[in-house]
Amino acid sequence: MTTVSQAVTPERISPINTIQHGLIATSRSLLRLRSNPAEIIGLTFQPLMFVALFVFVFGQALMGSWQDYRDFVLPGIIVQMVAFATIGTGMTLFTDIDKGIFDRFRSLPIARSAPLIGAVLGDLVRYVLSLVVILVVGFLIGFRPPGGVVGTLAGAGVVLIFALALCWIWVYLGLIAKTAMTLQMYAMTLMFPLTFGGSTFVSPEQMPDWMAWFASVNPVTSVTDTVRGLMLGGPVAGPFAMTLLWSAAIAVVFFPLAVRAYVRRT
Amino acid sequence: MTYAIQAEGLVKNFGTTRALDGVSLRASAGRVLGVLGPNGAGKTTAVRVLATLIAPDAGHATVNGFDVVRDAHQVRRRIGLTGQYAAVDEELSGAQNLVLIGRLLGLPGPQARARAAELLAEFDLTDAGDRRVKTYSGGMRRRLDLGASLVGRPSVLYLDEPTTGLDPRSRGQLWEMVRKLVADGVTVLLTTQYLEEADHLAHDIVVIDHGKVIATGTPDQLKDRVGGQILNVQPVMLEELDRLAGVVREVTGVEPNQGDTSVSAPVDDPAVLPAVVRRLDAAGIGVAELALRKATLDEVFLALTGHTAEPGGEPDAPAPSTPSEQPQQHVRTPS
Repeated sequence: MTTVSQAVTPERISPINTIQHGLIATSRSLLRLRSNPAEIIGLTFQPLMFVALFVFVFGQALMGSWQDYRDFVLPGIIVQMVAFATIGTGMTLFTDIDKGIFDRFRSLPIARSAPLIGAVLGDLVRYVLSLVVILVVGFLIGFRPPGGVVGTLAGAGVVLIFALALCWIWVYLGLIAKTAMTLQMYAMTLMFPLTFGGSTFVSPEQMPDWMAWFASVNPVTSVTDTVRGLMLGGPVAGPFAMTLLWSAAIAVVFFPLAVRAYVRRT
Repeated sequence: MTYAIQAEGLVKNFGTTRALDGVSLRASAGRVLGVLGPNGAGKTTAVRVLATLIAPDAGHATVNGFDVVRDAHQVRRRIGLTGQYAAVDEELSGAQNLVLIGRLLGLPGPQARARAAELLAEFDLTDAGDRRVKTYSGGMRRRLDLGASLVGRPSVLYLDEPTTGLDPRSRGQLWEMVRKLVADGVTVLLTTQYLEEADHLAHDIVVIDHGKVIATGTPDQLKDRVGGQILNVQPVMLEELDRLAGVVREVTGVEPNQGDTSVSAPVDDPAVLPAVVRRLDAAGIGVAELALRKATLDEVFLALTGHTAEPGGEPDAPAPSTPSEQPQQHVRTPS
């Protein structure tokens, strides 16, 4: 019996198939985003809140001028929001597994890694979206970074590099989490110290010694300092090297862990 | 007879729990194999092994001659899987779900859309095709899920408790669809807790309990195997149910099953019928209905495992006649 569809599934999965399947799985994430305006609103609302909170509520008190604090804090908020967005990658994977969609994908004659590639590439679009929202809001309230368009784009690129490494932690946790609650708990306990205990909102020099030490080794500090350097001017090379080092380290540890957790489920 | 699915001594442990304890089964090509068992018997684990989702710790299995571990990709090219929970993306429309799978299976866009439209029509979902799955009823989701497993025209289809939680009408619809697929030559492996479902759909049945196969055969063979026939007596006056049970116990020599309005007991010898009539007459118990009938699969299951198969059935309810540790009873299919 020959049927159309049996004729088209490949006898063996080639690297080209892997890319094809990964991209089709990515299109699913994008379709979800498009057909779910609530998610887009959620994705834009949080950055809006944080910009409003820090610039207009804390700004004046922290730096004596909300305009000065706006320029200081926007690169920090970009890093924090994109870092938060990586949690969503883990959540999506967890839901897919929970609902059995992963089982369906895994019972199909497609590249094993396609669902993972789809989840990560699809979420890259979400990361960009939250980044753009902050930049637009920033522009509207008068953020004109001296680094110009080039510096801003370079800064955005650095954040995305870091996000692409960081998201593998969430891919891993999303694959091994037993309940959505545990995943939520991981998110809180990991992301709050990381994104607040750095140069995100205040300079580490103003912190007590032990906290300043934590901030100085915190990867979020390196990323934030790099973005600040690129957008506002200042040293870039040092923090950028640290950012790359951290990104590589996170990826080297968590990419294989995630793949192993995924294969074991397979 | 050729077998589309063959499993030999499958073992799977999850931590200290032995989910499969040497399961062997065979599904003949173009027929429905019903895998019957209570919750936690190992049915879903068996399906997951046969669908290449997990590897067995021991034993092996083939689908259309391809090993589920070594030739997993070849197996995947031939199977469809519909799980207990509808595995479709709720955020997407029904059509988008089907097109996505078509694309993953290598169909070009227009063909994937055509196949999706075809399946939506077949499953009575055309009008809902562009709505998000979130808005679907349970029955619609299951139909879409079944449709999703058919995009690639599999020759072997796994249905893991496809009707659990469905209303009788949706269940009937799903059964109709399964029959159509089988008529088209698809081999179906169906797990279910509903004995009625197995009775309706399955050509062959494997009964699993505690990760072991405890009986195999056609539905009729299994029914014959257990006590042959069931005596069912309903008194005119419900107050006489207890006395009636006493008479049945004396005549048949087994503890009868006392329902709300009737008493039933397995019988081997048809001669008990007149004996029961005489004794009831002598005792002056009015009989509204008295019949000998074949055992239902429920009674078969009760006798084989010592507990009922229906959801919520007490797993360690007292065994009525056949202790569950009794050696495996195999009813061989004549070959």
